[in-house]
Amino acid sequence: MSADFWYGALATLIQVVVVAFGGPLLVGLMSKVKARSEGRVGAPVTQPLRDLWKLVAKERLHARHASVVLGLAPTVILASTVVAVAISPLVSTRPWLSSSADILVIVYLLLTGSAAAALGGLDVGTAFGGMGASRAMTIGALAEPALLVAVVALSIQSKTSNLPGIVSATLAHPDWVLGPSRLLALGALLIVVIAETGRIPVDNPSTHLELTMIHEAMTLEYAGPELALATLGEAMRLGLLFSLVANLFLPWGISTQRSVMSLVAGVAFLALKTTFVALGVALIEVRSAKLRLFRLPELLAGGFVLSVLAVVTGLVAR
Amino acid sequence: MSTTYVGVLELAAGAVLLSAVMTLWRRSVRAIVSMLRLQGVALSVVAVDLALHEHEHALLATGALVLVVKGVAIPALLRRIAQRDPRSRESRPLVNVPASLVFAAALIVLSYVVGTRITALAPSVVTNLAPLGLATVLVGYFMLVTRRHAVSKIVGLILVDNGIALMTFLLTSGVPLIVELGASLDVLLVVVVLQFLMVSMRHHSATDRLTEMKALHD
Repeated sequence: MSADFWYGALATLIQVVVVAFGGPLLVGLMSKVKARSEGRVGAPVTQPLRDLWKLVAKERLHARHASVVLGLAPTVILASTVVAVAISPLVSTRPWLSSSADILVIVYLLLTGSAAAALGGLDVGTAFGGMGASRAMTIGALAEPALLVAVVALSIQSKTSNLPGIVSATLAHPDWVLGPSRLLALGALLIVVIAETGRIPVDNPSTHLELTMIHEAMTLEYAGPELALATLGEAMRLGLLFSLVANLFLPWGISTQRSVMSLVAGVAFLALKTTFVALGVALIEVRSAKLRLFRLPELLAGGFVLSVLAVVTGLVAR
Repeated sequence: MSTTYVGVLELAAGAVLLSAVMTLWRRSVRAIVSMLRLQGVALSVVAVDLALHEHEHALLATGALVLVVKGVAIPALLRRIAQRDPRSRESRPLVNVPASLVFAAALIVLSYVVGTRITALAPSVVTNLAPLGLATVLVGYFMLVTRRHAVSKIVGLILVDNGIALMTFLLTSGVPLIVELGASLDVLLVVVVLQFLMVSMRHHSATDRLTEMKALHD
């Protein structure tokens, strides 16, 4: 067992733990910011963690017609997200198995989670679950091309589609960050992240109004520990996407050397950067209203066109 | 020094094309006009940046002219037209917004494929950006063809003009000042004429959409 292996394993462990606690905290932070800007005091930032703790202690309960899919879905959601978190460059550029952290792998791991969530929503056969699943899949299908093309723009510049490779290349060429290609790709990625995490212009996370909800509709049939798993999976997914946006566009502070101190610094910088991303997304939420469902393709097509622009300006400006 | 010069140039040229796409994305006429203002400012930044690097005073004057005409005067005039009816929107374009965005993406790729053949004749950091100008021209034509609102049509025309201006700046370091002066003032004149036209259109038929004016009146 070499020192590299232990460093990678430690980095992976830290990443999973940090995102497992950080994801729910980011969710709490965003609802706190929203509450404050609406003149309310709001729940404490740790509220999502307390909710999870409360749910874990509850009874496991299934609807009468539920099949095995309903029980499996939350586990798949969480597991796919944990694997993606473990190999992505979040705290360190060299976590365990980071050589396989290709962007396509991460995208399809996330997609596995969304597909599991949709199947879980469909399983019991209630109207809301099916509606939510159908909407989530529609949005996912529109957001996916934008995500892939945006990352192609990044990988043209750094000549690799390996995420740690892109982050290291950006560290070596700080002047790339303010290039037009990067900025356009950032715009496209922000739209995709907002769509994938179900934040306001796309979906309202705090509503249970049956006609508008998307994400909430899919988790409606879960109770107790399974709801906790699914909610934690969604929160970790949000943490992962925010950290990826932060690290792909502002990679400074990420641990590149093999030392414990740099890992500690990496955690601190990651917390700082994701807090900024969360504040930005929360401000967008405060300032904008939810779009009508039929207007969503406009937003996501906008994201797609931004990512195509990013690719073309990247090719032209090379 | 030279890297910041190229960086600013790339950013400004990217902003010209981005604002062209944004005019297809947004629906409210006021937002479309403010995108046009952004484009005018970005275009003048391109000219000034080139002028400062190549120490050409004529180009500097052209940049100032572009800023005054396309960054200030034309958007201000269009805004005045839009403010007569502040809720005026591009409500029913011939091609809906998501489809026109995808179409714009195709046009951008097309202009990259075609434009790189042209720029391959004399490749340099500056001329390589010329496909962005070509894409702006194509997006402008697309807007001109598919939008119904009178202000959108004029914005499409100005997009075409701005795209041509961007290409001339990048490929030939700008046309002589007198030509740019003529072209810019021409467009300004078109906008002024449109303003009168809009007033009489509203007076006669209470609409801003040119496609609904099909018959001649006595």
